[in-house]
Amino acid sequence: MKKRTLCAVFALLLAFGFLAGCNSGGSNETTAAPTTAAPTTAAPADPVIRCSTTTSVNDSGLMGYLEPLFEAETGYDLQITSNGSGAAIALGRSGDADVLLVHSKDDEEKFVSEGYGVERIPFMFNFFVIAGPADDPAAAAGSANAAEAFKKIADGKNTFVSRGDDSGTHKKELKIWKAAALTPDAAKDTWYLSAGKGMGDCLTMANEQSAYILTDKGTFLSMKDKLDIKILLAESDDMKNTYSLIACSTAKNPDVNAEGAQAFIDWMTKQETLDKIAEYGKTQYGEALFSVMK
Amino acid sequence: MEAFREAFRLIVTLNDELMHILGVTLKMSFASVLLSCLAGVPMGVRLGAGKFRGRSLVMRILYTLMGMPPVVAGLIVFLLLSRRGPLGSLELLFSVPAMVIAQVVLITPIVTGLTASVVAINAPALLETANGLRLPRLTKLRLLVTENRTPLVSVVLAGFGRAIAEVGAVNLVGGNIQFKTRVMTTAIMLETSKGHFEFAIALGAILILIAFIINIAASFFRGDSHDYG
Repeated sequence: MKKRTLCAVFALLLAFGFLAGCNSGGSNETTAAPTTAAPTTAAPADPVIRCSTTTSVNDSGLMGYLEPLFEAETGYDLQITSNGSGAAIALGRSGDADVLLVHSKDDEEKFVSEGYGVERIPFMFNFFVIAGPADDPAAAAGSANAAEAFKKIADGKNTFVSRGDDSGTHKKELKIWKAAALTPDAAKDTWYLSAGKGMGDCLTMANEQSAYILTDKGTFLSMKDKLDIKILLAESDDMKNTYSLIACSTAKNPDVNAEGAQAFIDWMTKQETLDKIAEYGKTQYGEALFSVMK
Repeated sequence: MEAFREAFRLIVTLNDELMHILGVTLKMSFASVLLSCLAGVPMGVRLGAGKFRGRSLVMRILYTLMGMPPVVAGLIVFLLLSRRGPLGSLELLFSVPAMVIAQVVLITPIVTGLTASVVAINAPALLETANGLRLPRLTKLRLLVTENRTPLVSVVLAGFGRAIAEVGAVNLVGGNIQFKTRVMTTAIMLETSKGHFEFAIALGAILILIAFIINIAASFFRGDSHDYG
């Protein structure tokens, strides 16, 4: 009798697991229930839009906020993958994305000029900031700009966490090092940690190591309660961070959902959505995480 | 296919970063297996040697630990070593020692279990003789190890194979920091996600080669050839 009940329990567990797997495979779960009732337009021909974005946008929670609104209004199924901008753009090249939302100007312009993207549309921005231990051993806080702060950090061999993943933030960080005429080497400089991770993970690491880090303000604010490191240098000219939308071109990858990509871009750049983006974060963090252009 | 050719070139030219990653992997794996065996073999011998009070409870705990999902072990060690955790003052997080700790948590139960099953085979006969000769306790335990040394080598190799293959726990507590805690498995994950397939393939090829060699050696020591002879 005992063996029978054990078999029955296992069979039930397997069945439960199977059903749960079937359910999540079919639909695209969203965290927030959409407030509008039904899509206002007819169901599109190709409903799936693959949006490749960056960890700094995703970790800030903006996409989680906008996705259900977009899907409810248009009837599209938005599938978001997030990586460093370098990897996010690579997905556009290989035809694994329909639209990009990234922040790496040089890479974006290359992407479009090589024919993989239709057009680069900058639409929102924020600033990078330098965060670090509250006692600020490198005295980064009083610096005139990021390059000066970086120099102080390097001179004092203070621990610095780098994204190390070819992301937009990483590229920006490298530009600042270049402006400071420095080239930290992860192999030789033990204070320079090349983490190869997304923004959120890198902030956690910097927090653990009481290290300095270049981060976008959005992700930092969204993690403020969990971090002991503080913003030491904010909004210097060499730290402006512009995000752009790029529809992937069917010229290089014919299977791209061009209509879907355009629908997403149109929705993201319309005034109603831009207003929402400009407001995002105010109630939670006391300030908006992004500013919009125009 | 371009990627495969480039991967081959990376290997034969002994690319710096590739060799560094290999070095960190081997260092971490050797340390993990050594500590796991120092802890696990004596415990396994004791378990396999014969019945004692509470043996079945210990066996059940052992099987549960063997079934521990590696990434959960990583999480537990992470929380322990984190700055805000109980052992945070040791500042061990995101270092090779942290990775070794997580590995030891995972591999010791496996080594213990395998040792117990190896020893249990000839333990009754061995102990009967040893008791007849009135050998002291420590000598009996030492005998159980030396008389089983060949299959025990395969247990050590199994532990090593497990160590170099671990990804989740090692990624969590090590942090996959370039030139510091990046090992072959975590490097493959990163390079693939970056689209640097040549590097990932080179690492994968070396990893498969090592795994094959270990497994063939382990089966040789285990005496598998006798079964199929």
